[in-house]
Amino acid sequence: MKLLKLVPDHTNVDFMRWRNLALVLSIIVTVASISYTVYRGLNLGIDFVGGQVVRAEFAKPVKIDELRARVDSLGVGEASIQALGKDDRTYQIRLPRPPGPETASNAVVSKIRTLLPQQYPGARVDAGESVSGKVSEELAADSAKAIAFAMLGIAIYIWFRFEWQFGVGALVTLAHDIAMTLGFFAITQLPVDLNVVAAFLTIVGYSLNDTVVIYDRIRENLRKYRKMSILPLLNLSLNETLARTVVTSLTVLIALGVLMLIGPEVIFGLAIAIFLGVIIGTYSSIYISVPTLVWLGVKPDSFLKADEKDEAEAQPA
Amino acid sequence: MLEFPRWKVWLIGVVIALGVLLSIPSLIGGTPFAGHWPKWLPQYKISLGLDLAGGSHLLYEADAADALKGRLQTMESAVTTELRNDPRIDVGDISTAGGRVSFLIRNPSQLDAAVERLRNLTRPVALTGNRDWDVSVVDSTRVVLTPTPSGSAQALKDAMGTTRDVVRRRIDPSGTKEITVITEGGNRILVEVPGVEDPEALKKLIGQTARLEFKLVDLSANPADVQQGRAPPGSQVLPMVDGGFMAVKRRVMVSGDQLTDAKQSFDQDGRPNIDITFNTAGARRFGRVTQENVNKPFAIILDDKILSAPNINEPILGGRAQINGNFTVQSAHDLAVSLASGKLPVKLNVIEERTVSAELGQDSIHKGAIASLIGTFGVIIFMLITYGRFGVYANIALIVNAFLILGIMAMFNATLTLPGIAGFILTIGAAVDANVLINERIREELHRGRRMIDAVETGYHEAFRAIFDANVTHVISAGIMAYFGSGPVRGFAIVLLIGVVTSVFTAVYFTRMLVALWIRRTRPRALHI
Repeated sequence: MKLLKLVPDHTNVDFMRWRNLALVLSIIVTVASISYTVYRGLNLGIDFVGGQVVRAEFAKPVKIDELRARVDSLGVGEASIQALGKDDRTYQIRLPRPPGPETASNAVVSKIRTLLPQQYPGARVDAGESVSGKVSEELAADSAKAIAFAMLGIAIYIWFRFEWQFGVGALVTLAHDIAMTLGFFAITQLPVDLNVVAAFLTIVGYSLNDTVVIYDRIRENLRKYRKMSILPLLNLSLNETLARTVVTSLTVLIALGVLMLIGPEVIFGLAIAIFLGVIIGTYSSIYISVPTLVWLGVKPDSFLKADEKDEAEAQPA
Repeated sequence: MLEFPRWKVWLIGVVIALGVLLSIPSLIGGTPFAGHWPKWLPQYKISLGLDLAGGSHLLYEADAADALKGRLQTMESAVTTELRNDPRIDVGDISTAGGRVSFLIRNPSQLDAAVERLRNLTRPVALTGNRDWDVSVVDSTRVVLTPTPSGSAQALKDAMGTTRDVVRRRIDPSGTKEITVITEGGNRILVEVPGVEDPEALKKLIGQTARLEFKLVDLSANPADVQQGRAPPGSQVLPMVDGGFMAVKRRVMVSGDQLTDAKQSFDQDGRPNIDITFNTAGARRFGRVTQENVNKPFAIILDDKILSAPNINEPILGGRAQINGNFTVQSAHDLAVSLASGKLPVKLNVIEERTVSAELGQDSIHKGAIASLIGTFGVIIFMLITYGRFGVYANIALIVNAFLILGIMAMFNATLTLPGIAGFILTIGAAVDANVLINERIREELHRGRRMIDAVETGYHEAFRAIFDANVTHVISAGIMAYFGSGPVRGFAIVLLIGVVTSVFTAVYFTRMLVALWIRRTRPRALHI
């Protein structure tokens, strides 16, 4: 059987040649992504801003405008209604957090639960959630903390296992990946809920997977080829690991792609965020994490101990 | 490389067999095969989160203002009871305004004696050296009792423990259901009940404080004043459930704390009511009060609302009584359950609710299972066409890995949530990374001209460093997720964490064994990789 080789043997792409172009592009896209996120805002789910969501399934197809009018007549705030599926029978109704005490939120869900079966015989409320302002503030704070701690924790680990320049490189890469994914959520206005935060944390872990593998090879080559200058050495390391980068990214994308397309829609946000994160992470492990080492002044003899350095310098003479 | 001792082969075999054995009960659960699993084999099962099994998740928070009010009222009645004892000390202008109990001592010469007796009502707070109330004197006539912070904290802690037990008794009087009732963060209670799709009844049952009190009706009150909300001294105006207001004496004659049982029943006219039974002390007290107040109306008060105020026709001495109050069978039944389980020491407010129907949960499991199967299949095909024989080994490892994850989850009775299914699929996709690293390295070493066995050996050895570091980064992010995340997200993190550990075992050690055994058996001339 002829085996599939997505990356032919002896591939030698001069990745570092375009590093400045890639840098400019990355900076532009990152800045654009952050600005757009700030300008447009994220479509934060009730987990983070409070409010209530009810998912209802009707016996017969229902017109969205009519449903909206009936929900609005309850006087519980402006409903945002979204059709799930294509047969106009399943809807998700979201309502803003009502003013007043923490308990007011919960009463709204109760009202909708009674309204729907009354007005639409056979209607069933499949899921109902209500989150008070207090809880949503805590969830938002915890999520932000978790992402920050995960980024820092990983950067510190890389610093310990490699050198500080690698730790900084990892941190810059992570910030880039998170910024890009945020921009995607700002553009698509897909709801950001707790699952999406879980996806962000996963991206933090997986985006670094690639970076770690490439860094490991760079460290190995730095020890092996002491006289090679830095750019060819980085190119060599990238090319040596390229096949692995491509194959692994593809296996993860196959699994996640299936989940995204036919999996439960409740976790669509999670699946698409990680899917995207893997693609962005593959790019950034090549064009962000590696060039950062050059800008931080990593040289072939950077990590040699003093006596080894003397030896290395003495040799050419 | 070729030396793979027999005991290691056996050890790896046993671990895998155990994983498969442990995972089967969870896999066949709910299918017709479930009944055929032998009783003598392990029965551990993965539990399903509420987002998959369907059910209600309710997070309650204690109402701090209400808790303070309750403490002040308890102290107020303790003070009046204590000072009425012999030698009696007359007090006046008693109030609980401003978060403290304060009152005047009518006879200034009794002030010191009063303070002395009130100090005995306070209790030391464990481990702090403080007492739960401060007793002080203002203007040499007025005594003020202020709750101390450590006293309030202790009171809240005690109240939350009782609240948790009361809530549990209310939802599950028989103590047989698989429900979760736990205290969280000092002033919260998390309730999870599988199978409940409409949480409204549940919320009613839990949310009712169910403080039952019997008080005498104040017949001296002027009806016009009562409608204005004004009551004579020593009395208070309370709303009635049928509408309107009534003045009752402040003093609680008998309270629901002295009940031993409450059951829904019917009165002579066939209307639903509640039969209550008092304990010995309560029965004695109820008997005496009714004896002394024959032909007077007696108000039955629930959570500061008057249910009814029937006339006492004759002394009730047996310790049994009926409560009427315009009940339906359901509301009488619910109230009886609440009364029998005891009153809530603090009022509870719902601050988070998540409910999923069993149908939606079932649908998620179904779609999740299909996505897992197809995703795994896709990865298997891809690995096969990329690495041939070594791809087959990676695929065997992948399947073994899936069983091990499920087996370990079952062993620890971990909860599988919907994001957990996503974590499972993600782990499938990512677990082969270790094999990709190893196989690519072997390819590379072969190109460099190493001999076959040497190349395999170096491939496994050199790839392991990167595999280890990459997995540590996953452990860090998944660990932080498990620590900060709530319910479903924690389920996701736990699957990732287990997956990291099992995938290193299957992808590195297990495939290495397969490769070693193959090379030893067939002594191939060249590797096709």
